Amino acid sequence: MKFIEEKLKQAAKLFEEGKPLAKFFPLFEAMDTFALTPGKTASKAPHVRDVIDLKRVMIFVVIALTPCLWMAIYNTGMQMQIAQGLPFSFRGCVLSGLKQVLPILLVAYTAGGLWEVLFAIVRKHEINEGFLVTGMLYALILPPTIPLWQVAAGISFGVVIAKEIFGGTGYNVLNPALAGRAFLFFAYPAQMSGDAVWVAVDGFTKATPLAVVAAAQKGGSAIAALIQAGYSFKDMFLGFVPGSLGETSTIACLLGLAFLLVTRVASWRVVSGCFIGLITMSLFMLLFKGNDRLAFFSLPPHWHIVMGGFAFGSIFMATDPVSSSATKTGRWIYGILIGVLVVLIRIVNPAYPEGVMLAILFMNVFAPLIDHFVVESHIKKRLKSNP
Amino acid sequence: MSILTRKDKRIVKDGLWDNNPITFQVLGICSALAVTVQVKTALVMCLALTFVLALSNTIISLLRNFIPSKIRIIVQLSVISTLVILADQVLKAYMFDVSKQLSVFVGLIITNCIVMGRAEACAMRNPPFKSFLDGLGNALGYSAVLMCVATAREIFGSGTLLGFQIVPQVLYDHGYVDCGLMVLAPGAFFLLGAIIWIQRAVSGYKEAN
Repeated sequence: MKFIEEKLKQAAKLFEEGKPLAKFFPLFEAMDTFALTPGKTASKAPHVRDVIDLKRVMIFVVIALTPCLWMAIYNTGMQMQIAQGLPFSFRGCVLSGLKQVLPILLVAYTAGGLWEVLFAIVRKHEINEGFLVTGMLYALILPPTIPLWQVAAGISFGVVIAKEIFGGTGYNVLNPALAGRAFLFFAYPAQMSGDAVWVAVDGFTKATPLAVVAAAQKGGSAIAALIQAGYSFKDMFLGFVPGSLGETSTIACLLGLAFLLVTRVASWRVVSGCFIGLITMSLFMLLFKGNDRLAFFSLPPHWHIVMGGFAFGSIFMATDPVSSSATKTGRWIYGILIGVLVVLIRIVNPAYPEGVMLAILFMNVFAPLIDHFVVESHIKKRLKSNP
Repeated sequence: MSILTRKDKRIVKDGLWDNNPITFQVLGICSALAVTVQVKTALVMCLALTFVLALSNTIISLLRNFIPSKIRIIVQLSVISTLVILADQVLKAYMFDVSKQLSVFVGLIITNCIVMGRAEACAMRNPPFKSFLDGLGNALGYSAVLMCVATAREIFGSGTLLGFQIVPQVLYDHGYVDCGLMVLAPGAFFLLGAIIWIQRAVSGYKEAN
């Protein structure tokens, strides 16, 4: 530690005002505060005298994401082995998974990081660890077969259009990782949806659980269709099904959630709201199941939770403190509406079997409006009780 | 000796750059989104709008002293719609394919905010030649933006320009895919936003508080 500290102090001189590398101060600042806790505390009101800054908070999210990352690697490898008909081997799963996931993660970090550094230097602001989270979230919601140039295109869109245009960290309306994925989803649908992209073996097609239910016979039982396709509740809960990299395992997401709640990084109101919204809406939809309805109507809530990206989205994406609502009541409304929209898009809109991405982005846009009305009604109430 | 005085040139430049109807006044956006998937349709649309805008400005300016102000909008509209119908009929007669692709959007030039806006803001109170130049400048400003958007959308969305393949086949062989977003209307929105961003960065424009 002493060694790093001294080296950084030496380097600091090069980046001072007027020195040749002064332009690249944001780069140095990022390295410095990444390695060592900054010595400065807040000097302006409100005087929170704590060194926990955005960087530490964001590192907590990265830690919370590690179970999902490991499951992403393991499951990607496992799906490949099953598709190739190889005998099961733990080492093989991890290795072939690493070979598939690591390039995606690295490209996401490099391409997005370049934009981040470019804007930090031009606009003279700090580089933020927020990007470590964005890059990883983004990589974990991509299908394993995604071409690497598309990974770079998507994260560029997410960082530049969804974040930097609005002013950078803390000013973005949309979640940058989801915006990047949405860009790819609409720009390159052939690489982002369909049955051929979820297992990283050439020419191998397998429908995800959501696609199985969406294509199931009208009036049939959704659960029967899933079991027939070889998807059990346990497999989906543990994450051994094809899907976007990090979203398949509900239990890994729940582990991350536990960590985020203990460290109080994520808002429990948003997450509970999402779950309540999804459960209520899917119970409501159960009322409408019938012989001429899609099989999706007959899917009970606990299956909805373990399928697709709901757990991942509601725990890691909906709780993004910047793009979610900021008031307590607002967070409940925001979360519940996400849950409701997820079920609505999944069941009522046959064009998209999955609705988590669109639901969260849609509510991101509405979050400031929700806050506005919550604050307004609060002011009105106070005025009434105290004229 | 030049035909245009410096003042005249400024009128044209005003519409082209400083007061560009799309990037500065943000008018006429719907046609900019709808007809810019291909350069060919955008080009025809630009020609039609230039024809309508320049002539309607001139004619309304000629009539400006005879138009009672209470019914001026109706008179303006009848002048504009006559010209639009003329343009539409010519397109139907000589360029039927393009006319079919443009569908209602030629007819919708009547409601294009730029045409009405210039008639109200310029032609009603300026002499014919000045109005003509103003209409021309605004139409060219509109066309310039439309051509930029259409070129980018056709190259990135279909890999072609005016129907000729621009993106080399080698790229496709190595896994390049056309960007589907560029063919959808949101693609034009993003491009328009980017063009406005670039123009404001270049001209140093600041939003007034």
